[in-house]
Amino acid sequence: MIEVNHISKSFNGNQVLFDITTRFTKGRNNLIIGRSGSGKTVLLKCIIGLYTIDDGDILYEDKSLMAMDFESRKNLRKEFGTLFQGGALFSSLNVEENVMFPLTMNTDMGNKEKLDRVNFCLQRVRLENANKLYPSQLSGGMTKRVAIARAIALNPRYLFCDEPNSGLDPSTANVIDKLINEITEEYQITTIVNTHDMNSVMEIGDQVAFIHEGHLWWEGSRDDILQSDNKELNDFVFATELTRKLKR
Amino acid sequence: MLKVFSQLGEYLLLMHQVFKRPEKFRIFHQQTVKEVESIGLESLWIVSIISVFMGAVATIQMAFNIDTPLIPKFTIGFATRQTVVLEFSPTMISLILAGKVGSRIASEIGTMRVTEQIDALEIMGVNPANHLILPKIAASIFINPILIIISMVLALLGGWLVGISTNLVTTTDYILGLRAFYQSSDIAYALIKTGVFAFLITSISGFYGYRTRGGAEDVGKASTKAVVQSSIFIILFNLILTQLLLND
Repeated sequence: MIEVNHISKSFNGNQVLFDITTRFTKGRNNLIIGRSGSGKTVLLKCIIGLYTIDDGDILYEDKSLMAMDFESRKNLRKEFGTLFQGGALFSSLNVEENVMFPLTMNTDMGNKEKLDRVNFCLQRVRLENANKLYPSQLSGGMTKRVAIARAIALNPRYLFCDEPNSGLDPSTANVIDKLINEITEEYQITTIVNTHDMNSVMEIGDQVAFIHEGHLWWEGSRDDILQSDNKELNDFVFATELTRKLKR
Repeated sequence: MLKVFSQLGEYLLLMHQVFKRPEKFRIFHQQTVKEVESIGLESLWIVSIISVFMGAVATIQMAFNIDTPLIPKFTIGFATRQTVVLEFSPTMISLILAGKVGSRIASEIGTMRVTEQIDALEIMGVNPANHLILPKIAASIFINPILIIISMVLALLGGWLVGISTNLVTTTDYILGLRAFYQSSDIAYALIKTGVFAFLITSISGFYGYRTRGGAEDVGKASTKAVVQSSIFIILFNLILTQLLLND
């Protein structure tokens, strides 16, 4: 479980996050939703330690991220799987080398063992026979799937996904959502997904946190969203005529 | 002025991260060999062409400026050698490498930054500064002196070719000049300068690439800054090292 306690973050005097407190539970898909520029990505980057928070604390299984020294942080990060918005695959490495990279850097596995693990992960995201392709040769959906394969290569305890569906068609986006859901349930990991895709929210949103202008505005499950009378949440979720009709 | 000190501080902090013990020596070794190829061997062609022509021009200039029977003809070879060994090869070729290699390093690392590949490395528990910049520094400190020695040989060869083909100097006089008043400390001076310049080019370019923020335009700006700053520091250190090393 990950706990976020009263965290704030500002850049050059411009405050982006205000006193956010929430918790993300194990074995569930924890979604952070909000408009573009609401502070979702900053919150996620604070949680994984890429940004240093101004105030508050972040606890991983009751251990404070802020109190950890460089080595402890490095060891904690070996338990992270992260899917970045654009995939962040290493462009000079092919698919196989990309998925193998965390294994090479963080384990003492032999080549055969690493290759078996890579093939297992690629199979898991249904990407067999793509081992020798380079990131420039992959479609958007394939890039995301390779990034997921790389993220799960080390059997992470925590999976972080920043806009996993951005730039994908609805059907491919659904495939990615289902993959994230399967992996979370199968390995009982703590998953945090940043998204503004409402299909994802309705598909996999076990627990949803709505960020509005840097504040944690609302929390609940996907079913609670339909019942909520929170104006800002409703304006965001039911922004189109179609969704408003569906709600009615 | 404050900005200058702030950047110097950032540079020193980055170098502190760069000069940490590599996580895996095998990976560091592989990366360094790869960089020797892309930094050194891929520059061989341009270094060779420029050296041959510059050596030829130096010989012609010397011949026309020493056109008096009072000065022996071997002075042409001697003056060409001194020009090439002391200044042209170590300084001019390093400036050319600052343009070619510096822009490549800054744009490569800058692109990795804006596409979140550096964040991905950090999240995998890898020290990105060490992983990306140290092999480049090691490779250039190893390969640049070799390039400079090749440049010296080719420049002197170019001088000889143009000297005999235009009847400005005979082979005997030219070789006599090359061997006259030879001091091995001149070569040591040139190679020490080259090593320092190699460090400046790779570390400054790595620094500008690493601190890139934004998008494609910012990568271009980082690349330009890397070349300009590397060139300025090469000229500055050329002055300092010349004063230190040639002042008995």
